[in-house]
Amino acid sequence: MKADPAGVLTGAHYLDGDFACGEGAMAAGCRFTAGYPITPSTEVVERISRRFPMMGGTFVQMEDELASMAAVVGASWTGTKSFTVTSGPGFSLMMENIGLAVMMETPCVVVNVQRGGPSTGLPTMTGQADMMQARWGSHGDYELIAMSPQSPQEAFDLTIDAFNLAELYRVPVLFMMDECVGHMTEKVVIPPADEIEIVPRKLTKSKPGDFEPYRANGQMVPEFARAGDGYRFHTTGLTHDERGYPEMSAECQDKLVRRLMDKINGNADKIVRFEEEDTDGADVVVLSYGITARVAREGIDLAREKGVKVGVIRLIVVWPFPEKRIRELAGTVKAIVVPEINYGQMVLEVERCAAGRCASVCVPHGGGGVHDPSDICDAIMGAVK
Amino acid sequence: MSRTEIRITGFGGQGVVLSGYIIGRACAIQAGKHATMIQSFGPEARGSACSTMLAVSDTEVLYPYIGRPDVFVAMSTEGYDKYADELKDDGTLIYEQNLVHPTLKEGQPSFGVPSTRLAEQLGRAIVQNIVMLGFVAAVTKMVTHAEMRGAVEASVPPGTEALNLAAFDAGWDYYEQEYGDKKGEAAAAASSGA
Amino acid sequence: MSEVIERAEALAEEHPVAPYLRMDRIPHIWCPTCGIGTVVKCFVTALEESKVDLDKTSIVSGIGCTGRVAGYMNLDAFHSTHGRAIPFATGLKLGRPELFVTVFSGDGDLSGIGGNHFIHAARRNMDILVVLVNNFIYGMTGGQNAPTTPLGAKSSTMPFGNFERPFNLPHLAATCGAVYVARWTSLHIRRLTKSFKEAIGRKGFRFIEVIAPCSTLYARLNKLGTGFNLMQFYHDSTEIRHGADTRDVGIDYQDEIICGKFVDEQRPTFLDMMHDQYRRTLGDKYVPMPQEGGHIHE
Ligand code: SF4
Repeated sequence: MKADPAGVLTGAHYLDGDFACGEGAMAAGCRFTAGYPITPSTEVVERISRRFPMMGGTFVQMEDELASMAAVVGASWTGTKSFTVTSGPGFSLMMENIGLAVMMETPCVVVNVQRGGPSTGLPTMTGQADMMQARWGSHGDYELIAMSPQSPQEAFDLTIDAFNLAELYRVPVLFMMDECVGHMTEKVVIPPADEIEIVPRKLTKSKPGDFEPYRANGQMVPEFARAGDGYRFHTTGLTHDERGYPEMSAECQDKLVRRLMDKINGNADKIVRFEEEDTDGADVVVLSYGITARVAREGIDLAREKGVKVGVIRLIVVWPFPEKRIRELAGTVKAIVVPEINYGQMVLEVERCAAGRCASVCVPHGGGGVHDPSDICDAIMGAVK
Repeated sequence: MSRTEIRITGFGGQGVVLSGYIIGRACAIQAGKHATMIQSFGPEARGSACSTMLAVSDTEVLYPYIGRPDVFVAMSTEGYDKYADELKDDGTLIYEQNLVHPTLKEGQPSFGVPSTRLAEQLGRAIVQNIVMLGFVAAVTKMVTHAEMRGAVEASVPPGTEALNLAAFDAGWDYYEQEYGDKKGEAAAAASSGA
Repeated sequence: MSEVIERAEALAEEHPVAPYLRMDRIPHIWCPTCGIGTVVKCFVTALEESKVDLDKTSIVSGIGCTGRVAGYMNLDAFHSTHGRAIPFATGLKLGRPELFVTVFSGDGDLSGIGGNHFIHAARRNMDILVVLVNNFIYGMTGGQNAPTTPLGAKSSTMPFGNFERPFNLPHLAATCGAVYVARWTSLHIRRLTKSFKEAIGRKGFRFIEVIAPCSTLYARLNKLGTGFNLMQFYHDSTEIRHGADTRDVGIDYQDEIICGKFVDEQRPTFLDMMHDQYRRTLGDKYVPMPQEGGHIHE
């Protein structure tokens, strides 16, 4: 369906990534936000709290990130689209209830404006070192979706996509910005509401007596009933059967967790999203995401000037990872070079998929800034030697 | 591919970030160029050397930070001291002439403006940054007078447009009076004063 | 086992509380003579007598023995994470303001790991009813010390007797801003039921503490006999003192338990305050979330 115009600030704006992300959430139909202030993400909720009262949205500043995430999961069960926003230390606290959202199959979006870590790290400076935490941060086996924008414009556009994916797969979608994009101000064009496609919360058509909250019916994603519509359903963070009742058995665990993973893995082809350029006949492919993807293009230009054929992969959806494509590329290029603002996280996925058929080259940056494009060029040159 | 890098600095409360925002907006929205603004955050943003940087280009800005700016706007001594050395050798220095006493370099175009005094003459010292912005717009001509003025109008709090536009005009006019016809000479004179 | 199921089915037919419970989940997991079931029965009776719209009633629990209550109630029921029932309930209430939301959980869950959420929900006067079953110990995990274990009482992690000062929960709730504060024991069936009914009729952060026997752990570790002996103790050692100064209602080991309604006042809730503020400052521009929530229909 088309977006509710109440949440869409149509026009050409000059916005930072944080504000653009907030606008994206409102355009996507988000009407509940719980948050706790943390640099460099706070501007998102500042934007939301200023605009929500005019569109029927409620923002509440909770006592901490544990509470914020719990409130978001609770609110989403009313059918109200919900999200929260944080950075590293808060992201760590949210892991508990991100796991609950996975287990209860609750659509929601969690924005992490990444800063340097570990611990308090570099509150005001950029990082991309939470990428593996996004994938593995909560305990247990699970799959979810994570995205990474490279500009304020994408912070707007992809936030809408994040909400849509959360609805389609009933899963938390982690929006992995970096401080650089979050605090960077650029032109952001917000289209008219009738040009924005949103996925509404689809409610079950079953009658209350016939409804079982986790009966997948051959689909991978079960139907949803919201609190207050008379379904009197039960949901729990415990391993549960199709009725949502706890069942402590290896069989039930296998059936449930397998489906939770399969609904993402089995749809990976539809979820995976990346930009690809000049990979045909390339000697080297540079794979990056977020702000690093922009900076890398300067390094790539330098290497091309020196005669190297360089292809580009820019991850837009980071999790699930585009395994299939990376496996293919590994058979055709000498190396995949991965600059990222950490000491080597997504490069591990590249290495796993390449499985020794091409070199995987990590171009690390500890955080607090972005790569010097010449370092990326040097890594490319080193890889073709 | 022409890329212009700008650093604006001043003390907290002077409206450094708003000045950068308006320039970026004028370039990106009014003039249809690419303009990326990054502001300093945290304790730095509250101190006496608050700063914002802009990269303006005809093509997409890939690398968002600036190295050696082409234009340096200094509204406080501390900000000037902290960032003066980054300025390109032939880059343009613009400063609040009653607050900043720069060491002028040979061959460096420099332009002083008493923006605080001009703002006070308008009755509100707070619009000093917009006076400065008018002056910067006139010196650099990076966008047209109308484009920058339009960005001011669209960016300031509702109800304050008239005051801010008057401030913008005061800065622009000051440039025209002091440097307008004899821009080259003035810059040269400023340089030789070093 | 089949005998148990047959009994449950028979119960489903005849027991008046059956419609309020998920009879397909009975038998429950609670130990014989545990006090939690009694509290549930009183709550169900109060729901019935208050004629609340059960379709618009949600119940949220955390983790622990009392944390299983949501699982047995035939309502929209959420068995959330340890300590997070209150913020989860906050989301439900704010996401669909017409809901009546009750949190049912234990002392460890709500005042230990969830203590921060408890005080802030009370401070905000969030419009939820919080029922805290206090058995002085962590039951589900095996009898460890709780923030409510009385001084000197033994727990599996304070085998030589607890030396940490416990919370006086009614006082904590009252000082943080709860508009309704009462304490009963699981022996006070009629008074507890009445208190539930009263609280259901109020708005804002309502807190009812129910002292209940953990026969298996607290009683055993402290050699207090069975659940029955603890009920006997409640009978002999409780004093009803409505309106008591909450500073005076702390609980010492095997000492007098002061029960009653301590606070009953009216103050605007979080949502009342929010609406007022926005109406005052934004006038006609303010668009409150619809009572049925912010769900955007196709
Ligand atoms: S362990 Fe204690 S609290 Fe838990 S069910 Fe048994 S008696 Fe009740």
